[in-house]
Amino acid sequence: MTTPTVETRGVPAPAGVPYLDVQDLQVHFTTDDGVVKSVDGLSFHVERGKTLGIVGESGSGKSVTSMAVMGLHTASNAHISGSIKLDGEELVGADQEEVRHLRGKKMAMIFQDPLSSMHPFYTVGKQIIEAYQIHNKVSKKAARAHAIDMLDRVGIPEPSQRVDAYPHQFSGGMRQRAMIAMSLSCDPELLIADEPTTALDVTVQAQILDLLRDLQKEFNSSIVIITHDLGVVAEVADDIMVMYAGRAAEYGSAEQLFNNPEHPYTWGLLGSMPRFDKAPTARLLPIKGTPPSLIRVPAGCAFNPRCDFQERVGSACLVDRPDLIDGGDEHFVACHIPTAERQKIWAQEISPRIS
Amino acid sequence: MAGPPGFWEAGHPAENLVSYIIRRLFAAVGLVIVISMITFAIFYLIPRFAGATPESMAARYVSRNPTAAQLHATAQALGFYDPIYVQYFDWLKGVVLGKDVVVGSSVDHCPAPCLGYSFRTSQPVLPEILRRFPVTLSLAVGAAIIWLIMGISIGVLSALKKGSVFDRFAMTLALAGVSLPIFWTGLVSLSLFSYGLGWTPPGGSYTPLSENPLAWAHALLLPWITLALLFSAQYARLTRAGMLETMGEDYIRTARAKGLPERTVVVKHGLRSALTPIVTIFGLDFGLLIGGAILTEVVFGLPGLGQLAIKSTLANDLPPVLAVVLVTAVFVAVCNLIVDLTYAVLDPRVRV
Repeated sequence: MTTPTVETRGVPAPAGVPYLDVQDLQVHFTTDDGVVKSVDGLSFHVERGKTLGIVGESGSGKSVTSMAVMGLHTASNAHISGSIKLDGEELVGADQEEVRHLRGKKMAMIFQDPLSSMHPFYTVGKQIIEAYQIHNKVSKKAARAHAIDMLDRVGIPEPSQRVDAYPHQFSGGMRQRAMIAMSLSCDPELLIADEPTTALDVTVQAQILDLLRDLQKEFNSSIVIITHDLGVVAEVADDIMVMYAGRAAEYGSAEQLFNNPEHPYTWGLLGSMPRFDKAPTARLLPIKGTPPSLIRVPAGCAFNPRCDFQERVGSACLVDRPDLIDGGDEHFVACHIPTAERQKIWAQEISPRIS
Repeated sequence: MAGPPGFWEAGHPAENLVSYIIRRLFAAVGLVIVISMITFAIFYLIPRFAGATPESMAARYVSRNPTAAQLHATAQALGFYDPIYVQYFDWLKGVVLGKDVVVGSSVDHCPAPCLGYSFRTSQPVLPEILRRFPVTLSLAVGAAIIWLIMGISIGVLSALKKGSVFDRFAMTLALAGVSLPIFWTGLVSLSLFSYGLGWTPPGGSYTPLSENPLAWAHALLLPWITLALLFSAQYARLTRAGMLETMGEDYIRTARAKGLPERTVVVKHGLRSALTPIVTIFGLDFGLLIGGAILTEVVFGLPGLGQLAIKSTLANDLPPVLAVVLVTAVFVAVCNLIVDLTYAVLDPRVRV
C-alpha cells in the first residue's frame, strides 16, 4: 500500500469515467454583509447506477451544491468556479441555454416539499406532460399516455384518473411520488434528490426510498441524495459524503462511514441519531454549539469550536485548514488527528457509547 | 352506492356552483337595496336638516315667482309631504313594477324598471341612462384594455429586472401616475395633443361606435390613455409585487429544473399565480368605472353616466342620481360575482 497522498484538489476519479464528476467546486454569494462561501472547494463523483449520499446540518452547503449542479443559481451575485462534469461535459461556465436542455433530460431533481414544489394551479398530469414535452417532440396525447404510465410506475393507484387531479388533492406521499414521476419522465441519468423524505411521514419515507431504489435499478441512473438524516443514507447510499461549512469532512463508502467513521463531526452526527435498539435511559450525544456562519468561517478546521478532541491535537486545528486525505481504501477524512489515533478514539471511546 | 355523485344529486360540483351563484345573486340584490336606501336618505334628509321645507324644495321645480298654491301642488305631486319611507317605497315600487305618473294633464305609464322622471326636465330617466351607458362603457372597456396591457407588462419587466434602471424609472413613473389627478393629466394632455398639436379632436366630441368606429376611437383615445395612465400605474405596482413574490416560490425552481425556457417559467408559472389578486382588484375597479368615470367624462366632455351624475347632483335632481347609483351598485355587485367565479377557475384550490 502506498503512503496516503496529500490531495488538495479533492478526490481523484477512479477508473471508468463517473457520470457526475465535481472537482473543487466553489459557490460564493456576494452579500451586503460579506462573501458567503456556501461551498468552498468540494469534490465528489457518482458513477452510473450508484447512489451518493450527501449529509450535513442545515447551512452546510448541501442544497447549494445540488442547485449548482443543476445550474439553477440564477442570482447575479452567485459566483461558481471549479468543475462540474456531467457525462464528460463541463457545466461550469457553459452556455445557459445548453445547460437548460440538459436539465430535466439528463439530470433531474426531486425537491423537499412536494406541495410547494408543484404548481398549485396545474393538474399533476399537466405538469408531467409539460416536463416530457420540453425534451420530447410528441403529441399531447402521447405525452398524456406517458404521464399516466409514469404515475403508474411510481405506484399511484388509478393513474388514468389521478392524472387530472391537482397537487392539493394528493396526500403527501402521493405528491412526492408524482414529483418523482415528473422528474423521471425524461429518463434522466442523474437524479438529485434534495431531502426527498423530510416532509413525509416515517412510514411513507420508507416507501419513497424503496421506490427510488427500484427505479434506480430499472433506469440504471445515478442518484445524489441530499439529507440531514443518516437513517435515509444508511438505507440507500453506496457512498457518503459528510459536509461541514461548505467542505467535505469525510468521504467514503457507506460501510466505512457507518462502521469506521473517523471524523469527530461524523461521530457527532451518529451520536445525535435517536435509536430504538438502545435503552431509553441512554442519552443522545448531540454536537455542542451551532453551525458556523459561512461569512466568517472559523480559522483552521471549521469544526474546531465544536470539536471535543481539539485540545488533544493542539494549535494545528486553530490555524491550518485540514485537507481531505485518503487514509487508505479511498476513505477520505479532513482532520488533524492522526489516522491511527482517530481509529483508536472511535473504537475505544465513541463506538461503545453510541452503538 | 359509492362513486362520484350524479349531476342532480347533492354534492355534485355543478349543483354547488349553481346554488353558489344563486346565493351570491341574492346577496347582490340585498346590497343594491341597501345602497339605494342610503342614497335616498342622503338626498331627502340632508336638505331637511339644512332647514328646507317641502315648499322650498318644490320651488326649484316651478317657474319663477310661483304662488303658494303652485308650490303646494308641485310638492304634493313630487310626494314631498309623504314620510320618507313612503317616498322610498314609491320609488322602489316603480323600479320593480313600473308606475303611472301624472304629467301635466296626461297620465303617463312608466314601465317596469321605472327609474322615475327627472325633476328638472320631466323626462323619464331610463332612456337617458340607456343613451349615456354606451359612452361610459366605451370609455371603461378601452381604458381597461390599455391599462391591463401596460400595467401588467411593466410590472412583470420591473420585477424581473428588480433594482435596474428600468425598474427604478418605471416605479418612479408609476408613483407619479398614481399621484397625478385626472383633471390635471386630462387637461394637460387635452391642451397639448388636441388644442396644441391637433392630433385628437377637442373635448366634447363623442361619436357613437355604431355611427363611425374610427371617429369613436379617435375621440376616445385621449380619455382612454388619461384614465389608463392612472390605473396602469397602480397595476404595474401590484403586478411587480406579485411577481417578486411568486418568482421566489418553490414551484418556480421546479419549473426551471424541468428545463423550461425562462419565458415559459415567467409567464406560465410566475405570472399565472401573480394574476389572481389582480383579477380581484380589476373586478372592483371596472365595476366602479361602469358607474361613470366622473372626472374623465367631465374633463373630456363625454356624455356618460358620470357626467349625468354630477350634473344632476349639482341641480339637486334626485331621480337621475339614484339611477346612476343603482347602475353602479348593480355593476359592482355583478363584477364581484364574476371575479369570484373567475377566481375558482384561476385557482383550483378554491373549488370544492
